[in-house]
Parts: sequence; structure tokens; C-alpha cells
Amino acid sequence: MKKTLSLLLACALMGALLAGCGAGGDKPAASGGTLTLNVYNWGEYISDGSEGSYDTVTEFEKWYQSAYGQKVKVNYDTYASNEDMYAKLSAGAVSYDVVIPSDYMIARMAEEGMLLELDFDNIPNSANIDDDFKGLFFDPENKYTVPYTYGVTGIIWDANQVDEADARGWELLWNEKYAGMILQYNNPRDAFGTAMYKLGIDVNTTDKSEWDRAYDELIAQRPLRYGLVMDEIYNLMESGEAAIGVYYAGDYFTMLDAQADGVDLQFYYPEPTNYFIDAMCIPKCCQNKELAERFINFMLDRDAAVANAEYTYYASPNRTVYTDADYIEEMGEEAMEILYPGNDDFAANFDRVAYRNLPQETLDYMNTLWENVKIS
Amino acid sequence: MNADAAALRARARRTQWALLAPYSLWSVLFIVVPLVFVAYYAFTDNAFAFTTEHFVRFFTATSSTDSGEVRTYLLIFGRSLKLAVISTVICLLLGYPLAYIMSRAKPRAQKIMMTLIMIPMWMNFLIRTYAWMTILQDTGILNGFLSLLGLGRVHIIGTEGAVVIGMVYDYLPYMVLPIYSILAKLDVRLIEAARDLGCNGVSVLRRVIWPLSLPGVLSGITMVLIPSVSTFYISQKLGSGKFFLIGDAIEGQYVANNLHFAAAMAFILMVVLLVCMALMKYLTNRQVNGGAKA
Amino acid sequence: MKTASRVFTTLIFLFLFAPIVILLIFSFNASKSLSVFSGFSLKWYGELLNDQVTLSSVRNTLLLAVSAMVISTVMGTAASVGIDRLRRRWLRATLNTVTDIPMTNPDIITGISLMLMFVFAGRLMGFSQSLSFWTMLIAHVTFCLPYVILQVLPKLRQMDPALPEAAQDLGCTPLRAFFKVTIPEIMPGILTGAIMAFTMSLDDFVISYFTSGAGFQTLPIRIYNMTKKTVTPKMYALATIIFFVILALLIISSFTDRDDTKKKKLYRRQPD
Repeated sequence: MKKTLSLLLACALMGALLAGCGAGGDKPAASGGTLTLNVYNWGEYISDGSEGSYDTVTEFEKWYQSAYGQKVKVNYDTYASNEDMYAKLSAGAVSYDVVIPSDYMIARMAEEGMLLELDFDNIPNSANIDDDFKGLFFDPENKYTVPYTYGVTGIIWDANQVDEADARGWELLWNEKYAGMILQYNNPRDAFGTAMYKLGIDVNTTDKSEWDRAYDELIAQRPLRYGLVMDEIYNLMESGEAAIGVYYAGDYFTMLDAQADGVDLQFYYPEPTNYFIDAMCIPKCCQNKELAERFINFMLDRDAAVANAEYTYYASPNRTVYTDADYIEEMGEEAMEILYPGNDDFAANFDRVAYRNLPQETLDYMNTLWENVKIS
Repeated sequence: MNADAAALRARARRTQWALLAPYSLWSVLFIVVPLVFVAYYAFTDNAFAFTTEHFVRFFTATSSTDSGEVRTYLLIFGRSLKLAVISTVICLLLGYPLAYIMSRAKPRAQKIMMTLIMIPMWMNFLIRTYAWMTILQDTGILNGFLSLLGLGRVHIIGTEGAVVIGMVYDYLPYMVLPIYSILAKLDVRLIEAARDLGCNGVSVLRRVIWPLSLPGVLSGITMVLIPSVSTFYISQKLGSGKFFLIGDAIEGQYVANNLHFAAAMAFILMVVLLVCMALMKYLTNRQVNGGAKA
Repeated sequence: MKTASRVFTTLIFLFLFAPIVILLIFSFNASKSLSVFSGFSLKWYGELLNDQVTLSSVRNTLLLAVSAMVISTVMGTAASVGIDRLRRRWLRATLNTVTDIPMTNPDIITGISLMLMFVFAGRLMGFSQSLSFWTMLIAHVTFCLPYVILQVLPKLRQMDPALPEAAQDLGCTPLRAFFKVTIPEIMPGILTGAIMAFTMSLDDFVISYFTSGAGFQTLPIRIYNMTKKTVTPKMYALATIIFFVILALLIISSFTDRDDTKKKKLYRRQPD
């Protein structure tokens, strides 16, 4: 036993020594000639070189060295939700140079003075962004953000378990015929959103009675639900375990790729539904703003932007992406139709249905209601 | 000679301090002070003014469910305790016999079993929990297996059962290891003596082995109960998000940026657990001592 | 009885290894799914080796676990020796109680409490960020320490106190006696404690979740953060590799171990 243990320890030590060598480069102490860029993004939200794709982070490091003659080490960290990111950043617990939150969270951070104004001279590629995505509520003067992806929430259903005639609107998520087969979001904002869109309530209302109505709707849905899920929805839909779910448009294609025999996943947009934009911005704690801006600019460059759009399966606000012949071919006709459902009135639609930053009082009320949804 | 002895004693005292000082300092800085912070946050509002509103909220907040008005947080807390206690009891029922069998096996078999128990702990627990989802789904491996045997299907995922299975799975090693390490060291002569004095198998177990292994059982219970009360990943994944436990509530409040209320819940949880543990320790001590006297 | 216990043991181990078999199988899945097997493929292993972010999170996890293990083992062993020699009852009781705290405290509380303190201290000192590798290391050392102490302390109690005294009588300095006599005597406890510390640190998610800083995320955090998109079979491939590495190590060591026991028997017989 003693020997076993010592051998294990020795191996662990060796592993750590190797790790130490590998990690040595990114210690701030060793940053003599090396710049460090800390990027904070959603999990699985950047093309990372898998399946022969473009490795965005490595390519940026390479490009930067050749363009500016200086080494950059990108620390790429991930978060699970806007709120997670906000909790860490606002407490001053962590410091990042680039973050990519969603619209309503950007509005909140801007309001609280957590964001820096961008110097667009360092981001010439921002010209690639379609005008539809400029001047939106979360950044009316285009000071803080450059959009990264956008998307629309839709309903995914299994044609082998659900009648096509029922697949209309938000009602499908409340259809008693499919009791025990329905998936709802496991986060308060999106879950209440589904109920509010269904009831025709403004999702940004501060009227508590409206929130109560949405709450009753979620309670009414309870006996019909399979469960409250986030990423579990992939497995549950792919295997036919659940028949109806609500998620972001691009993710439908990921599920489609992996669906089991005997499962026939379909997708449609209810009306109204949620539009979201995730945008790159620079938080106040940024240590090297110019470098961060160059990174943002790089992300807007055709190669990186196309690779990321293909990887995330989300729609891109970048003109060099959605007009790119290779990209259109790679995605296929169906995906293009679903991901880019008529871009012309995007701004107006977005303004109507997107989540806004809610006052703290409303947020607290929502969270309390949510706890009740979860316990009952 | 006297001076020498004094010098020696002084030296011993210095060594003693050198040995204890780092740990004492560390404990104060990183164990005691952080708990003071929890208490501080628990008793203050966002402007750091004194308040007990979080505690009032914890004990009085209500919500209406099918079974009428309930106290929200007390219900959550009660449910967490219930699931944790069930898991702990199951872990004990499975873990004690296993530890016993292990301790009586040949040295080589002991070693193999010991490592087999350790191996899962070396693989990420999030991933292992994720794999359980694939097993327990209605269309999952378990049901495929059962229907292959013609036993019909069971619906487990999203029930309390699934959460308990997850907890038992993740924390069983923590029950087995401490019990095993005590049983393995047990003096075989004691058992033989008991046998010679006319004890049969069951009473040897009850009157000799069990009392002697109580400290191991106690630390096993602690190491299973504590993490299962506070887990928030297992309930999210295996409970299909339907079982809201105290860990979920604390994490939810942290994410919703209500640090003070999160701290208050943490504080209450901590106090309750400390009291439980102290009580259990007291009872075991009494039983161990009482057993010795009898 | 023998069969019953054999069946029981087998069932338990089946239970313990069922999910491991699952992730082993799905790591070879051709598609991205973790619940639908659509064909055999090695591609996720290739993906894993190309995924710099995941690999660096593995490195971080290892680095953290080993550092936490080394620090907590050294400090914990020293503390155990100190506690063992303590004469003053109340001091010993206090120290034992404090040692118990991280074990009787749910990790969510340890995590939150440390985070609150770090953030507060960071603000006080005007740091732009209060969490980093170091805060995470402190957190891990803190919750590993009790495991070391609880392993080492009983070994010290079992040790014959006359042994180091004898060594000193024979002319050893106290320090030399400590390293030559005490340490070898309590080595099994130290090693088990170290292994426990390493294991706990490796598997910890909750405390890391609350105390991790920029540029240093560990594997469990990376996996948890995949909750918007899906966990890919890549992670299963990683777990499978870890599994086989451990298995290989154990097999190798069991061979060397057998020689070890033989030697021990020989050595024991000699004095006769």
C-alpha cells in the first residue's frame, strides 16, 4: 500500500511539474515581454479548433505576434450565465479585459459604470457589423459594445411524438396532451419570459401583478413538465426522452445532428419570442484596453467571425459572415432560413421583445417567485 | 544540570511553537475569520447596516403550493435534510458491510478493493453525475436493461429517488473509507475472546465490533451528511431541476447578487449542522464509554 | 455467507463503476450526443488533444491539487506533531475543534465564507481583482488540512514515545530523531493524508467555483460552465484517459508492491 501511494504521489508530482512548465508562461510574473489578455466568455462559445475548425485563441496569438511583434498569452475563461459573470465581476473578485454578456446585462453594467468606452479607431472591423445592430437599447450611442452573436428563442419538438397540428405558438408548452414530455428553462428570466410571451405581457414589466400572472402560468405548467433544464435539454431531446423544449435557435441544429433513430426534431418560432444579442465589451477592470480592442477587432475579422458563427450555430450580425458563400453553403438552406428570419425589421422586433435590465426590486420579486415555482 | 534542563525545556517549547504557529495562524485567518464574515454579512443589509431581516425572511417567507401555504425556506431546508439523511442511512447500510467484508479479506484483495473505491473519486464528479443522467433516463440504459429482462420500465429521473441515488453514489466512498480504516486495525484477539466467552456471530458484531467502530461510523456519517445537505449540482441534474435544495437556494441567491441573504442561509445551515454534529459526537462518546463500562 | 458477501461486494462495485462504463462507451461516440450512441469513433480523443483551453484547465487542476497537497501535508504534519505534544488540555481541545470546522462545514459555506473575506480584503487593499490562483490555493489548503491531520494524529498516538527518546539517548539531535524515527513511523499516515488531500482537491468543484479568479480555471469549473451549450464527449474522453492512467499506475505499483512485501518478510525474519 505504501508503495502504491508513493508511486501515485510521485506521478502526481511529475504531472504537476510538467503542468508548472506548461503554465509558467501565463503567470503574470513571467510577463516580461509577453502581454496577457484575459477573456471571459460563455462556455463553449468560441471556435476552439475542434473538428478541424479554426482555433480562435491560438490564431489571435499568432496574428498578434506577426502584426505587432509581441507575444500575447490569452487566458480564456468561461462562465455559465450572465448572472454568474456579473456576480464575480461586480464584486471586484475577478478582472477581465474582454467580456461577452447579453443585452440586458450589458445595459445593467453600463448603467452601473462597469464598462469602458471603446476606441473604435482600434476596431476598424466594427464597420462589418450591420447597421440593424447599432444603437439598440443596451448601448444607444454605440459606445460600449460590438455585437458578437444574436439569436431568437424557439420551440423544438419531436414530430414522432407530437402532432404537427399542435405545434403552434407558446401553447404547445402548455398542451396537456403532452404531459410529462415538456421541458422548461431552469433559469428565472427565461422561464418567466415564456409565460409572459404566451400571455402577451411585456417581459420587462415592473408591475407585480403581471409577474404574478406569469407565475400562475408556470405553476399551471408544473404537472405537464418533464423538468427544468439547461444544457440537459440536448440529451433529453436527442434521445426522445422529452418531446417539447424551448431553447435558442442555433442549438436546435446541434441536437438535430445527434438525434436518435426514431426521433424527428422540428423547430419553429412562436410569436412573440425572445431576441437576444451577446456583445463584446470591455469592463472597467481591464488591464490593457488597446490589446482588448485589438482582440475585439480580430473577432470581427472574416475568418474568425465565420468560424465562430459556424461553431456556435448562432446568427452573426457580421456582414462578412452572413453574405459569405462558404458560410451559407456550410450552414445549409434550412439553417440559414431559421437563423436569419428576415433581418430587415430586426431592430424594431428586438426593441419590442428583448429583455431589459430590471430594477433590483423587480429582480428580487422574480427570484422569490422563482423559488416558489421550484419548490411547489 | 538544572540550567541544562531549563534550556532543554525552553527549546522544546520553541519547537512546539514553530510546529503549531503556522497552522494556528492559518486556521484563524482562513477558517475562523471567514466564518465571522459569513455572520457579518448575514446580519447586515446591502448598506452593511445591522439587520435581522434575512433571518425573519428565512423563517417566515411563505408560498402557496398544492398542499396549502408552506414556509418556503423551512420546506427547502427540511427537504434537504430529509434527502441527506436518507442518503446517509443508505450509505451506512451499504458501506458498513462493505467495509467489514473488506477488512476481513486477504491483504491483496483488501488493497484491490480499496483502490477500486478510490478510483471513481479521481474522476470528476460533475462528469460522473452527468453519466448517471444517461443511465437513469426513461429511455436510458437502466430501463433498456430492465425491459430486456422483461421487467418493465421504471421512472426514476426527476424524482427524489434519482437525487438520492446520485448522493449515495457520489458519497459512498466517504462512508466506506473511515469505517474500513478502523475495522482493519481492529484487534482480532478481541473477537476471538468474545467468541470464547460464548458470543455468537451477531452478538460479537453488536457488542464488540460495532461499538469499537463507532468513531469511524461517526466520521463516515459526517463526511456523507454534510456534502449531501448542501449539494446543488446533483439536484439540478438528476432531479431535473425539480428538487430545490438549500444548496440550490444559496447558490441561486449568490447568482442573483443577494450575498447577504445567501450568507444568512449559510449561517443557519452551519449552525444547525454544528449542533447536529456536536450532539452526535456526544451520543457516540457516551455509547463508546458506556459500552466500555458494561 | 461467503457467497452472499461476494455477491454484495460485486453489486456495490457494479454500482460504483456503472457511470464510468457509460462515459467510457460514450467517449467513443461518433456524434456529439451523450445519450444516443451513433457509431464508434476516436475523434473526441483527437479533439481533446487539440483543445488548449481544456488541457490548460487540466494542468491547472493538477498544479492546484499538488500544491495544495504538498502545503497541507507539510503544515498538517507539523501541526499534528505539535498538537500531539500539547500538554494544555483547553488548547488542544480548541485546536481540535477548529480542525473539525472545515469538515463539518458544507463546502458551499467554506467557499462563500472565503470568497466574502477575499473580496473584502481585496477591496481594502485596492486590488483590481481579489481572486486568483493564490486565493484558490489557500481555499484548497484550508479544506485539505483536516484530512491530513486526521490521518497523522492517530499514528502519532499509536507510536511509542520511547522511540524518539531512545534515539536521542543514543546521541541523535531532536531534529534528527524526528526525521529518522518519528517521520518513518508515521509515514503511512502522512501518505494517506497526502493522497486524501490530493483527491479532495482534485474533485472539488464548489469551493473552487466561489474562489476562482481570472486566468486560472480548473476542470470542474470548465465543465460546470458548459451549461448553456452542451457537455461534449470530449470530457468523457478526458475522464476515460484519466481512468486508464490511474489503472496503469495501480497495476505497475501492485507488481512492485509484491516484491516489497517479500522483502519485508525477509527483513522481519532476520532477527529470529
